[in-house]
Amino acid sequence: MDDPLVIAGRAFGSRLVLGTGGAANLAILERALVASGTELTTVAMRRVDHSGGTGVLGLLRRLGVGVLPNTAGCRTAAEAVLTARLAWEALDTNWVKLEVVADERTLLPDSAELLDAAAQLVEDGFVVLPYTNDDPVLARRLEQAGCAAVMPLGAPIGTGLGIRNPHNIELIVSDASVPVILDAGIGTASDAALAMELGCDAVLLSTAVTRAQDPERMAAAMKAGVLAGRLARLAGRIPCRRLARASSPSLPDPGQISMSGNRQKFDTGPTPPPSG
Amino acid sequence: MFAVVNGTERELPDGVSVAGLLDKLGMTRTGVAVALDGAVVPRGNWTTTTLRSGSVVEVLTAVGGG
Repeated sequence: MDDPLVIAGRAFGSRLVLGTGGAANLAILERALVASGTELTTVAMRRVDHSGGTGVLGLLRRLGVGVLPNTAGCRTAAEAVLTARLAWEALDTNWVKLEVVADERTLLPDSAELLDAAAQLVEDGFVVLPYTNDDPVLARRLEQAGCAAVMPLGAPIGTGLGIRNPHNIELIVSDASVPVILDAGIGTASDAALAMELGCDAVLLSTAVTRAQDPERMAAAMKAGVLAGRLARLAGRIPCRRLARASSPSLPDPGQISMSGNRQKFDTGPTPPPSG
Repeated sequence: MFAVVNGTERELPDGVSVAGLLDKLGMTRTGVAVALDGAVVPRGNWTTTTLRSGSVVEVLTAVGGG
């Protein structure tokens, strides 16, 4: 496996975690999952009598994609802890995407409840991947609590606003000794690439793919975006400069070739394209 | 006796077990988890754990989510 993502000792070949929420139907979801190349997907826990429950699990098992249950919809630490325990029981995994949101309007994490739930679940033996604010201090506290990764938002869930505070994401990355997964806010492939260029270890997204006009194609775009951003990060980008710096070699004597006066003497043919 | 299952009040046989409840409601046993009065009932205890009148039961499974 080339350049694997390693979380809690488990290696993944793909740095894209695709959520399964929002797809119009299972056939569309399947094509998107395959095109994304993802090896880990999120699912939500809901009452059995809600429709569409077992189809997703069967699909993920058939595709051999890992299941990461979330605690979406939970407002308190107690709710999130119970949901995580139920997910462990139902899905036989101690991994959890911990999500404790404050309100429906913003779906922003409730920091105090999140930290409380994270500590309890780590104590219970869970591998905790918390969806968190883009707050470097909170990210550090979650890591100290024993979380296996931190997952800061780029923007609120489902907004597609991209990464609103790249500086904070960079700060989180530079501080963290666990993987940083940019979670939420991604709108298009360049957002995913930016997350990786900022140093994130992976990207988690759902809506940007499942609600795109062509989810399968967008999944492929996200895969390429994540890979491009990762390669660019590893390659080391050039520093930004205020003034130009020619990339073409300079002419031997800039005075020799002139566009006026002695053109017959130094005929160079058609005007050369601008150097770039 | 009456118990609330996934938000709906249901009349159930006295002393029904969790396993009996799932069978009675035709719920699958794979990929689901059961909470009784706010605590997880491990799969291995489904046949021995019984509901009381007024019990609140949640039966959850995985659905699409982000």
